[in-house]
Amino acid sequence: MAFVTWLRRHLVVIAGLLTLGYLLLPNIVVTVFSFNRPKGRFNYEWQEFSTDAWKDPCGVSGMCGSLSLSLQIAFWATLGATALGTAIAFALVRYRFRARGAVNSLIFLPMAMPEVVMAASLLTLFLNMGAQLGFWTILVAHIMFCLSFVVTAVKARVMSMDPKLEQAAQDLYAGPFQTFVRVTLPIAAPGIAAGALLAFALSFDDFIITNFNAGSTVTFPMFVWGSAQRGTPVQINVIGTAMFLVAVLSVLASMVIGNRRTKHKA
Amino acid sequence: MSTLTEAPPPLAPETPTKKPPRRRGRLVPYWLLLPGILWLLVFFALPMIYQASTSVQTGSLEEGYKVTWHFATYWDALSEYWPQFLRSVAYAAAATVLCLLLGYPLAYLIAFRAGRWRNLIMILVIAPFFTSFLIRTLAWKTILADGGPVVGALNTLHVLDVTSWLGWTSGDRVLATPLAVVCGLTYNFLPFMILPLYSSLERIDGRLHEAAGDLYARPATVFRKVTFPLSMPGVVSGTLLTFIPAAGDYVNADLLGSTDTRMVGNVIQGQFLRVLDYPTAAALSFILMAAILVMVTVYIRRSGTEDLV
Repeated sequence: MAFVTWLRRHLVVIAGLLTLGYLLLPNIVVTVFSFNRPKGRFNYEWQEFSTDAWKDPCGVSGMCGSLSLSLQIAFWATLGATALGTAIAFALVRYRFRARGAVNSLIFLPMAMPEVVMAASLLTLFLNMGAQLGFWTILVAHIMFCLSFVVTAVKARVMSMDPKLEQAAQDLYAGPFQTFVRVTLPIAAPGIAAGALLAFALSFDDFIITNFNAGSTVTFPMFVWGSAQRGTPVQINVIGTAMFLVAVLSVLASMVIGNRRTKHKA
Repeated sequence: MSTLTEAPPPLAPETPTKKPPRRRGRLVPYWLLLPGILWLLVFFALPMIYQASTSVQTGSLEEGYKVTWHFATYWDALSEYWPQFLRSVAYAAAATVLCLLLGYPLAYLIAFRAGRWRNLIMILVIAPFFTSFLIRTLAWKTILADGGPVVGALNTLHVLDVTSWLGWTSGDRVLATPLAVVCGLTYNFLPFMILPLYSSLERIDGRLHEAAGDLYARPATVFRKVTFPLSMPGVVSGTLLTFIPAAGDYVNADLLGSTDTRMVGNVIQGQFLRVLDYPTAAALSFILMAAILVMVTVYIRRSGTEDLV
């Protein structure tokens, strides 16, 4: 009976941890199989332990090239989407103007549209324009779908900002430019950073829209997709594991630094 | 991600702008908006118009296409591919329900029970986002492999007998069956459910639970009458963020399914990139878009949180 009572009290915790396990199970498998030495072309069955793939992560032709291409695209897409999106967010929160409703729905629609629909329509446009599919069409598409996410992230932050802080800055004789750089921007920074991070992750990982608009250019997700058909090298698991570790460690590091800062201030 | 939940209460944005803008000109907002909005108009709205016109064209790749207002394409596409449409809706709905059932306890755990573990669990929920989702989806091939431990366990428990009878799996395998596709969809979009749920749960004042308890509500009643209704915004936006991308997805159906589990996304992709039948592909994606818009509108009306989106 004691067990049943215990179970009932901790039901939520147990169910929650099981879900967490479900979420992390593929990552565990990816990590374990990065140490596999597969027999055939496919890395789906465990054969024997080996660190070969970790010693030679770029040993597969084309993979690291696609990885660096994806990083470049994600970098420029983040830059573009963050700049355009932050401007829109400020305009939406700080000003009242005509066509606000229309602008709001134009921002919302790309997030509520299945990716495949956007991907297909963009391809129709590019085909009609006779555009050469490749780096630039991918970049244009990525900026387009990251934009809305940046706007929402920045908007949330700017909205919770106290306008009195800016008024105070002006009372202290700060000019408009100074106010913006010294007061507005630092307060909005976490929102902008969140939007940029989201844009980077979305762009780096996007497959569906890229698949339609890449032509013969191969980004990292497209390389993985191709390898699922032709045979998956172990190095893919190495990259997957490394990305997971980098993500966890960088978030942990930023938290530690953040904690230290708040302590210093206090 | 948490985007839909961040939506403002409708009147909030007006407050800071009540005072006439100081120092800044009247055109400033338009200059701020111009580049971004132009980008969206040219690369989001204009393509939709192009696609609309493509869907009513006839012709062939060699001779070129002409707009002939051939609406029959829609009818033909629908009558040929209605099973794939039906499947997309069914799989996406199943995945959404599963995400809600699986995601709620975890969101609740992070919001109310995790204590000092909260940040760590949060990181573990978000970090998989940074590992390519294709790599993680491929890992499900290993997990659900024929004769693997998962399939073995399900077999011993006679779960597969039941699911096979229901038509969700076939024989003693899970890969290449609807169950595998739904499992993959659930997995892929689970964080999109957890994050909005968490952000709406986190806003609930813990004292409300105590108050309900003081009024002799049992834990189940507290959940039913207080917690769940207050988390409705999260439930609604989580459902949308899961259902919409799941209905248009073709990666899971391709990697984990078979030709019998093709969804409408697979058809659109095939028509566009392999068959090169652009009018049919355009018509199909318009039908998908319309179907989703209708369902979303009905759903938002029903759940009574119109100001959410």
